[in-house]
Amino acid sequence: MSVVDPTASTPGFVPLSRRGPAPIQAVVGYGFWLFLLSDIIIFAALFATYAVLSGETNGGPPGATLFDKTHVFIETACLLLSSVTCGFASLAVQRRDKVFAYLWMVATFILGALFLHLEWSEFAVMVASGNAPSRSAFLSAFFTLVGTHGLHVTIGLTALAVMLLQIETLGFSQKVRGRFYCFSLFWHALDIVWIGVFTIVYLGAR
Amino acid sequence: MLGKLTWSAVPFDQPIIMITSGVIALVLFAILALVTVKGWWPYLWREWITSVDHKRIGVMYVLLALVMLVRGFADAIMMRSQLALAAGGAQGYLPPEHYDQIFSAHGTIMIFFVAMPIVIGLMNFAVPLQLGIRDVAFPVLNNVSFWLTAAGVLLVNLSLFVGEFARTGWLGYPPLSEIAYSPGVGVDYYLWSLQISGLGTLLSGINLTTTILKLRARGMGYMRMPVFCWTALASNLLIVAAFPVLTATFAMLLLDRYCGFHFFTNDAGGNPMMYINLIWIWGHPEVYILILPAFGVFSEVVATFAGKPLFGYRSMVMATMVICVLSFVVWLHHFFTMGAGANVNAFFGMMTMIIAVPTGVKVFNWLFTLYGGRIRFTVPVYWTLGFMVTFVIGGMTGVLMAIPPADFVLHNSLFLIAHFHNTAIGGVLFGAMAGYTYWFPKAFGFKLDERLGKAVFWCWFIGFYLAFMPLYVLGLLGATRRMQHYPDAHWQPLMLVALAGAVLILCGIGLTVVQLVHSIRTREQRRDRTGDPWNGRTLEWSIPSPPPAWNFAQLPRIESNDAYWAMKQGAHGVEPPAAHSHAPLHLPPSNPTGVLLAFFSVVLGFALIWHIWWMAIIGLLGAVAVGLVQAWRPDHEVVIPADQIAAFYGRQAAEEIAA
Repeated sequence: MSVVDPTASTPGFVPLSRRGPAPIQAVVGYGFWLFLLSDIIIFAALFATYAVLSGETNGGPPGATLFDKTHVFIETACLLLSSVTCGFASLAVQRRDKVFAYLWMVATFILGALFLHLEWSEFAVMVASGNAPSRSAFLSAFFTLVGTHGLHVTIGLTALAVMLLQIETLGFSQKVRGRFYCFSLFWHALDIVWIGVFTIVYLGAR
Repeated sequence: MLGKLTWSAVPFDQPIIMITSGVIALVLFAILALVTVKGWWPYLWREWITSVDHKRIGVMYVLLALVMLVRGFADAIMMRSQLALAAGGAQGYLPPEHYDQIFSAHGTIMIFFVAMPIVIGLMNFAVPLQLGIRDVAFPVLNNVSFWLTAAGVLLVNLSLFVGEFARTGWLGYPPLSEIAYSPGVGVDYYLWSLQISGLGTLLSGINLTTTILKLRARGMGYMRMPVFCWTALASNLLIVAAFPVLTATFAMLLLDRYCGFHFFTNDAGGNPMMYINLIWIWGHPEVYILILPAFGVFSEVVATFAGKPLFGYRSMVMATMVICVLSFVVWLHHFFTMGAGANVNAFFGMMTMIIAVPTGVKVFNWLFTLYGGRIRFTVPVYWTLGFMVTFVIGGMTGVLMAIPPADFVLHNSLFLIAHFHNTAIGGVLFGAMAGYTYWFPKAFGFKLDERLGKAVFWCWFIGFYLAFMPLYVLGLLGATRRMQHYPDAHWQPLMLVALAGAVLILCGIGLTVVQLVHSIRTREQRRDRTGDPWNGRTLEWSIPSPPPAWNFAQLPRIESNDAYWAMKQGAHGVEPPAAHSHAPLHLPPSNPTGVLLAFFSVVLGFALIWHIWWMAIIGLLGAVAVGLVQAWRPDHEVVIPADQIAAFYGRQAAEEIAA
């Protein structure tokens, strides 16, 4: 098997790895990607724990009777939709279009807040019916996995508010746009994690 | 108002702790007074505490590690003297609850606050210089990482005077570490200090990985990087992949302890063995996080002092990356006795034997590099040779324990203790000392004293064998780890030999201080004017010692590996940077974010440990505020004018000629 890069044989060709330090935007984005990977490993540990403990209900009701799938479906729709609006916001930031950037950021914020509200109400109902995290290992794992995602969404919403203020005070400087890029990566990553939560925790509930 | 904190938290009735506390307080007060009287605060604040220069941060990491080495060793020698006394019916001088805290603190400190900072410090210092660049990818973040580590150190040391430390061993296994069996603050001190410093380590791992993968001088393709950079890359990839697991695991244990969750409890469906699996999924990569950079140091040292290119560069790189990957599939060998079944144990036993193969490849590469070389027997070479002998023994006892049936006999015995000290001291510590001696002249512009350095080596080398070879025997005789006394008086002679070894190591640590002080006092005689005191091969030796803040006036262009050696051998030789025609350089300014974040982290950690909730809120809000201020900090850069750069190189050239 031989794969020959046709450009590699042209005279004066310098392989990518030898072209010297990458530009600052690429470096910042790369570092943030690594951070996201490390964050996803935290979730991996929590998912593994949930997988081990999900049957340990300690005599309490299992997930299938506890979870309201319609409720979770609406929740999921909010979060996925917020990723779309976040994408539109990114495009507006690239265009340096302040009005649309703000519009889509506010839309993202509202959808994210709605998601959090729905999650919170689910938690509240469960706790009120005596299914608090201290009830069983299953519930400990459930609240921690879903709650850690919720905590990330909360941090994301705070970051979104900070980004709005940054654009307002500092304008669309290169630094601010780089930060918005990192924020959008973070927000999309939370979607990916949620798809895991939705599939494994809610659809997989027995 | 103050949560669980009362005056009874201070152990007034324990003379050992109170005297230690008094001495430490006195020393700290004396240092602070000296700094104040001499008016050094502005200098320290500007040039070190808030510095974002990777070289300064590297030096601070190593200094922190050396200070904590003294603390960790104090624990060690207390354990050895206790066991030398507590034979037959005797109980020694340390009651069990104190002895348990000492071995827990010893392990925690030596791994997290000695080995980690010294390794990260060496990488911080050397990697950007070897890559031919001006700084790491995220200089401010680098400073934050250091100070978060220092915050963890502060909390661990606070536990000595206020409250207690964990009595659970260095990994805090549940159910013992659960609130039901460890209701005190000891485990909380352990968990919060490691959560804070662990965050610092993770950020440092992200930073250095990005640096190595994205910022290299022109022409430095991956297969032209010095081997130390490769091992640093592997180590930092492992940090990024493994430390989040530690954070998640500790977070679950904290939820168990603070909020009544049931992850690892005995009741309500909790599963303590899950903690042990999770912690070792971090823990086994962790041992490679520590040893791989040490392997990198040895690779640099053998090539430099044998005057030959490293034998089998490509196989060295391959071996490093194979270890990096395989380190994630051996964790279960830490608890073969869990009862996972013969097939699971067989798999992890075989993987453990397989991971020894790339390490063996490395040993042969070092030997073949030395073979036929004109070896200069400097202090780093002493450490390297000592390492090769010692580490091979440690590796072989490790492979021995990789056989599950053998491990059932040796599990949690002193044989195990001897094995991992054999690799941790013979590998990580010897590597750290080699790196410290090797790069010291680069950092400070003068060499450490060779004779004293060799004395330090012999103390550690002989001391190690005296202290740990008896433990192999004792382990085979049935002595278990973490025992505070033992009934069989026949073990005592071997325990006394081990104590003698520890005393010899104490001499080594003392001589390290003597070496440092003596070398500083006689620094004028030992100045290195050339920047290349060892006739080195990699780029850090191509610049003056100590390097200027900007490292390289012009970023070098690399044509091959051993870049600086190739330049020296080239037709034109090495042209020093001209004393003219420089462009002004832009450097990031010093930044107080790191030290302020660390301050609020300590407030937060302390408040959480003692359940002082209002103070925890202050700590959290303070940390957030520091972050926000940083987000709006205007990014003006320090501009170094061209004539200042030119003057620096002019002065360097004049000094070199005068010498």
